[in-house]
Amino acid sequence: MTDTRSRPDTRAKGRAAASARIATDASEKRRRRTGKIFLYAAMSVFAVIFLFPLIFMFVSSLKPDAQILQDIDSPMAFLPVGDISLDNYFGVFDRVPVAQFLFNSVLVTVLTVGLGLIVNSMAGFALSRLAWRGRFVVLAIIIATLIVPFETIAVPMVYWVAQLPTLVIEGGVLKYDFGWLNTYEVQIVPFIANAFSIFLFTQYFSTIPKSLDEAARIDGAGWFTIYRRIIVPLSGPAFATVAILTFLPAWNQYLWPLMVVQREELRPVMVGMQYFFQLNTAWGEVMAYTSLITLPVLIVFLVFQRAFVSSIAASGVKG
Amino acid sequence: MTVTPPTVAAETPQRATRRFRTTKGRETWAGLAMMAPAGILLVLFLIIPVILAFTLSFTNARLISPNPPRFVGFDNFVRAFTNDPVFLQSAWNTFLFALVVVPVQAGLGLLLAVLVNRRMRGVTAFRVIFFIPVVTSIVVVSILWRFLYQPNGLINSMIDTITFGAWSGMDWLNNPQTALGAIIVLSIWQAVGFHMIIWLAGLQTIPEELYEAAKMDGAGPWRQFVSVTWPGLRPTMVFVLVTITISALALFVQIDVMTQGGPTGSTSTIVFYAVRKGYEQQEIGYAAAISLIFFVAVLIIALVQRRLTRDKD
Repeated sequence: MTDTRSRPDTRAKGRAAASARIATDASEKRRRRTGKIFLYAAMSVFAVIFLFPLIFMFVSSLKPDAQILQDIDSPMAFLPVGDISLDNYFGVFDRVPVAQFLFNSVLVTVLTVGLGLIVNSMAGFALSRLAWRGRFVVLAIIIATLIVPFETIAVPMVYWVAQLPTLVIEGGVLKYDFGWLNTYEVQIVPFIANAFSIFLFTQYFSTIPKSLDEAARIDGAGWFTIYRRIIVPLSGPAFATVAILTFLPAWNQYLWPLMVVQREELRPVMVGMQYFFQLNTAWGEVMAYTSLITLPVLIVFLVFQRAFVSSIAASGVKG
Repeated sequence: MTVTPPTVAAETPQRATRRFRTTKGRETWAGLAMMAPAGILLVLFLIIPVILAFTLSFTNARLISPNPPRFVGFDNFVRAFTNDPVFLQSAWNTFLFALVVVPVQAGLGLLLAVLVNRRMRGVTAFRVIFFIPVVTSIVVVSILWRFLYQPNGLINSMIDTITFGAWSGMDWLNNPQTALGAIIVLSIWQAVGFHMIIWLAGLQTIPEELYEAAKMDGAGPWRQFVSVTWPGLRPTMVFVLVTITISALALFVQIDVMTQGGPTGSTSTIVFYAVRKGYEQQEIGYAAAISLIFFVAVLIIALVQRRLTRDKD
């Protein structure tokens, strides 16, 4: 691995360093090994710090309250020993409609992510591969909106969605009404279009060679066909990135449903959790509930761990 | 959409179809059509609420009210800064929170990234472990840590064990002196893995040859970090600082779940206070004004950070 471009003096210095390295090979090896041990020790300390609350949560969810409090003074707090059962989980299902909450969250998440992938990728396609007047202005506006935190528009948004028209079925008749509060759509529709997703799609699509479009157009393909048959199949990583980045906030939504959904049967898991927690100090059951809504996400994460990490990394690379 | 005078109307259809037939025209139509769904949704649920936040902040609008909103000028802003100690305290708490969280979280994230940025057996497992709190919902994390922070909870029992009973801890969340600090700890714990990954991505853009050259010049690990790693991380640093700052200023869930702003207002934050005013007390106009103040603060801080950390060439 000689760098032919390096100047003679650097090369000479390098050679000198190399020969010095051979002389101290043994001590170097020893130094490296202590370095490695130190690294593993440091990483293990951090691993314990990151894992202990979650292990405590899962373990406690299996114990009755009395035992949780009894074990707290010893390492037993982290071990599934003693009176272990799934009673807390059954208790949760008895007390609140967890199945309904889970259904609501899954429905909201799947629709937000799924529709978002379609809508935002089409917008990204229009912005990156089609020449139409005004697209640069539109792109600039979309990028500018990235600076607006949702928290700043949340309260005015409640006021706004409370006045939007909606269709309702009342006694078998389709009626026209106002107000989106306490619906599924209020939890989904505002989050489908996402400026950051559009931006990511635009970036990714513009790296695909334009000659593919031209070839397809000569074969008589329309723009939508090009999008669907050429660009989408080539953009797996972009779709995965957007799916992951929108999946987590959709599943974890809290502030918004807290304000716009009061009807229990429409609540997502996070808000259902907060209500459950407020009316309940049976810690074992609380831990069972939190475990129940954490495990699915954790499993998804562990399975797609590689995609998760590269998605997060991709979101930060642009600077 | 456009009203054409009758004299021109006769030839307009033909021109329109001809334009539609040209490739250029069809491309424009296709572009607009494919932009439309996202565009309409963004206007409805981003642009209009932003405009609404702006206009409502100059009114006395209420969430449910028989009277139409009335224009009150800068009253809401004057009230916030001169006549509302809770707002000022919330702003101060938010600032304090960000002041601690931003450097500590960015620094810890970088430390973790440097630790796991090497080819070693098992290093991926550590990356995954450090990232696990990030995928755990902040609502879950807040409830869990509320339990850990109890007077007879795990944190106190661990302190008790480590100090051999010399120090038996306290009621962290019910003490105005420690409540915000306790929330800072769990907030860093939850999000640091996210920034570790961003730093890691930045570290991996630094070419290996630079390190080899530095080693040949006899640079030790610290020297390598200062002369090679740190300059190479500049663009990443801007991103990490800006994202941490914005999310730190938006602190809400932890407060809502853990302390409700208490004890004695020691953990109330701007967003928490805006939601309380606007939603619970229905003062939408005032809440919009607070949101606007928050947004301007975010904007200024992000711009200042960008300017301070940008390359000077």
